[in-house]
Amino acid sequence: MSESTQVTSRAGAPPRGQAQAPGRRVRRQWIVAGVLLAAAIYAPFQLVPFHVFQLTMVLVYAVALLGLNVLVGHAGQISLGHGAFFAAGAYAAAIMMFHWELPYLATLPVAAAVAFLLGLVLGVPAMRLRGLYLALVTLAIAIFLVPLLKRFEEVTGGSMGLSLAKPAPPAWSGLAEDQWLYFLALAVAVAAFLLAAGLLRSRVGRALHAVRDNEIAAEVMGVRLSYYKTLAFAWSAMFAGVAGCVYTWVIGFVSPDSFPVTLSITLLAGIVVGGLGSLSGPVLGALFVMFVPSLSQDINEAAPGVIFGLLIIAVMYVAPTGLAGLAGRAANSLKKTLRKG
Amino acid sequence: MRFTAIGRTAVTATLVIAAAACGGRGETGEGQATTSAAQGQCQGQQTTGITDTTLKLGGIYPLSGPASAYGDIPKGIKAYFDYVNAEKGGIDGRKVELVVRDDGYQPPKAVEEARRLVEQEQVFALFQTLGTPSTTATWDYTNQRKVPQVFVATGASQWGTDTEHPWTIGWQPNYVSEARVYAQYLKTEKPGAKVAVLYQNDDFGEDLFGGFKRAIEGTDVTVVAEQSYEVTDPSIEPQMRNLAESGADVFLNVTTPKFGSQALAADAKNTKWNPLHIVNNVAASVTVLKPVGFENVQGVVSSSYYKDPNDPQWADDAEMKLYKEKMAQYAPGADPNIPYHTFGWAVASSFHKALEAAPCKTREGLMESVRNLNNVQVDMLLPGVTMQTSADDAFPIESMQLMEFKGERWEVFGEVIDTRKEFGPLSN
Amino acid sequence: MTGFLQQVIQGLSTGAIYASLALALVLIYQFTGIVNFAQGELAMFSTYIAWQFTAAGMPFWLALVLTLVVSFAGGMLIERVIIRPVEGAPELTLVIVTVGLFIFVNAAAGWIWSFLIKDFPNPFPGGAFEVGGLTVGFQTLGVFAVVGIVMGLLYLLFQHTKIGLGMRAVATNPVSARLVGIRVGVTLALGWGLAATVGAVSGVLVAPLLFLEPNMMGGVLIYAFAAATLGGFDSPAGAVAGGLIVGVAETLAGAYVGAIGPDLKVGVPLVIILGVLLLRPQGLFGRAVVERA
Repeated sequence: MSESTQVTSRAGAPPRGQAQAPGRRVRRQWIVAGVLLAAAIYAPFQLVPFHVFQLTMVLVYAVALLGLNVLVGHAGQISLGHGAFFAAGAYAAAIMMFHWELPYLATLPVAAAVAFLLGLVLGVPAMRLRGLYLALVTLAIAIFLVPLLKRFEEVTGGSMGLSLAKPAPPAWSGLAEDQWLYFLALAVAVAAFLLAAGLLRSRVGRALHAVRDNEIAAEVMGVRLSYYKTLAFAWSAMFAGVAGCVYTWVIGFVSPDSFPVTLSITLLAGIVVGGLGSLSGPVLGALFVMFVPSLSQDINEAAPGVIFGLLIIAVMYVAPTGLAGLAGRAANSLKKTLRKG
Repeated sequence: MRFTAIGRTAVTATLVIAAAACGGRGETGEGQATTSAAQGQCQGQQTTGITDTTLKLGGIYPLSGPASAYGDIPKGIKAYFDYVNAEKGGIDGRKVELVVRDDGYQPPKAVEEARRLVEQEQVFALFQTLGTPSTTATWDYTNQRKVPQVFVATGASQWGTDTEHPWTIGWQPNYVSEARVYAQYLKTEKPGAKVAVLYQNDDFGEDLFGGFKRAIEGTDVTVVAEQSYEVTDPSIEPQMRNLAESGADVFLNVTTPKFGSQALAADAKNTKWNPLHIVNNVAASVTVLKPVGFENVQGVVSSSYYKDPNDPQWADDAEMKLYKEKMAQYAPGADPNIPYHTFGWAVASSFHKALEAAPCKTREGLMESVRNLNNVQVDMLLPGVTMQTSADDAFPIESMQLMEFKGERWEVFGEVIDTRKEFGPLSN
Repeated sequence: MTGFLQQVIQGLSTGAIYASLALALVLIYQFTGIVNFAQGELAMFSTYIAWQFTAAGMPFWLALVLTLVVSFAGGMLIERVIIRPVEGAPELTLVIVTVGLFIFVNAAAGWIWSFLIKDFPNPFPGGAFEVGGLTVGFQTLGVFAVVGIVMGLLYLLFQHTKIGLGMRAVATNPVSARLVGIRVGVTLALGWGLAATVGAVSGVLVAPLLFLEPNMMGGVLIYAFAAATLGGFDSPAGAVAGGLIVGVAETLAGAYVGAIGPDLKVGVPLVIILGVLLLRPQGLFGRAVVERA
């Protein structure tokens, strides 16, 4: 591969402020996170069930995008096949609930493990690829998944898919079904964000950044390249699988048509549009994935895709570092204006 | 003050919640302006989305993505309701409003749109969800909420055989019934037929092909070769090559429009293999046959249940004339010869009749009516094809008529085949 | 044996379809160093333009020439308007822009021409050539001939013209190319224009076989990727050979390997891409590039 085609996602990382003492910044981050969480807990008691459902799906997509963020934003690898890991988690949960009638909570760790292992197996060849070639391979995986699911009809329900009962809220909670599902998704999302934050702050995260910024230099410095790339792929797949598992709880139905190639493409577009490398990127990307298609339809009912395609391109122009970067830039310029005034 | 990444998210999320919270969380969110109190025998029944002067319906179709061709159906439906609203004063004095949403043929989007239509738009009923996956993904929800999901645009047999979802009902002949019509035809007209089958590897293809295999059990008609394809395949030529080698004398073409054209063209191109070509109703539209060249599709057999706008024998038919006139008036950009529009018109007028017949103009009343249709005539259906349902029969249309392609159009032949009478009720 | 050979011929004619789009992919990669996910959709859009011309009563060959001209201009325009603002951005940004373009073009075609299939005039006679019990359609022969001609022209362009030299320089190292006086911007626009033209040829070739509708090229794209990967992204001859190999492998696997069957044969390009990248990343005909960090 020629030099010009190397993936450098450095531009994806938002600018980091150096001025503040790390301690104060961390404290403020915790406060903001607390406020955010409080708002998230308060929301389902205020919103109509339809909006609660939408926010639940935002959380599901956010977890999937979080995984993609580890791979694309922190390890600099492109995947156009994350819909496949999402589907693996979703199907793992559905099969356990449908055939073995396991309690739904038990499906979460298994779905995570299945996706992780799948990511590990596929990550071994993937570690030798880079950039567009990895994109092509993962795209092919996403395409191959649909007929594969149909082939094993006894297990997967074939093209008719599997219909499942949704988790019922326990009596003590006094919650409605949509609220209970929302809190399940919220709990999983919070855990996933904490896990991802911890992961990226650890030795693994530093190694991944080194790989992203300069593979050869990282290797020279003793980072075991293949090991960390494979690991990043597996972690990333695991998050997608967890999101898939929650998806199964929320939708209560899986079929091959639920996980078309467009899902994988939309996820990648979502994380890039949301912003790579930051923790807010997945949330903003999830909001984009969830709300922009229906917004496009409101603008142009005859051809929603025309608007959706244009919006993706427009975001790339206006905010090459994604919406997270755009929000940061807007905040900074607002600050400057205020200071001047 | 510095805006951290999380801070930005917090601001965004709070804004979103604040914007969304304007609706507020009522217990059900229902029973507001769009409701009229039900009286008399209908007391206590649901009247969301219906008043004495208005009726709000919601439909979910793929307007984007690979199945977008079906996005023409709601145009026919809208033209019908616009005509009824403007010239007939609506259905029993109720002006019909149809809200169409796009799910891109993706089940999770269908769930979201169903909730939007039911909870936010407060529709009276979901009048058509398109496709088996999208309908399966939403029917638990509609039945829990007791919202009618009527005349769904898919021919899967489960809409009729299932007993746990009384609020969902199909309309078009189910794929198994259609398969039975072809099996019956082969048994009498081509005893000992050796059949090669091309089918789409999804619920539709498996339902129809599976129904066909069951219908020929114990007869001397046999399937000698079968090939499936994926909707993502670029071409089905390799499959056609494999089928041609089987030496079958009948070719059953279970495909959607694009692949239907490809299979018809491949069959025409192969001059060494000349089986009797049966194409299923989904791909039997003249818009599928015309690109192949009419000279190449002579003698192809299919079956139908509604009138083809391209067929000159309906040129003077009153309903067809009305349809073409009103399409030109209310859907000026749309070509009335596209059968999807005709389908939309037919299903909309079926809904009109069903609601008119309902003693209670309530959600319960509508479901009672669509489950007790007694030989209801719909003018856009073929003569002799009627809607009939009862306590143990949840399939509105189960009659079809065979047709053969001659010249530039389909010619129906034989009697209308009522699959109920021929094969008994459908059960799983 | 005849049956087997007939399957091989079937595979070759399917492969020729993949090869034709792979040529456009290779071309744009050569010129600009990016993989254009919207290439298939642009080809589809060009085919609609050709259809529009013929539907207006224009003779086929005149319509084709006009379409090629329009496609070339359209490709350059896209480069100027859509790609230029993100030039030099990380590769990922470009990928997402071409993905956005893919969604946009697909929806726009459906909006303008509807999603119903159109019949596209076939430039080749419908009959077939028979030898020794084998049948080869004139259509297939025609596709072979055109793909061969396009491949030859591209080879001449790459290897024996100044434009080709400049374009290879730009793709290899844009900064150095600019320093030695190559007009990088013009070269990139030229690349998009030429790729769109080759794509238009591909679309017009396959439309009579696949039938024209907005998703016509969607299914071809992954096979074209496999073909380009197999042949090497920098070799037109490789793309054609890659396309034919993928076509034959896929057809034979679908016909003779029971465990694969017609439903899983889409796995063949996956295996090919993966196998090639692991064993010979530069492709069969590509040149290995020594990398500098």
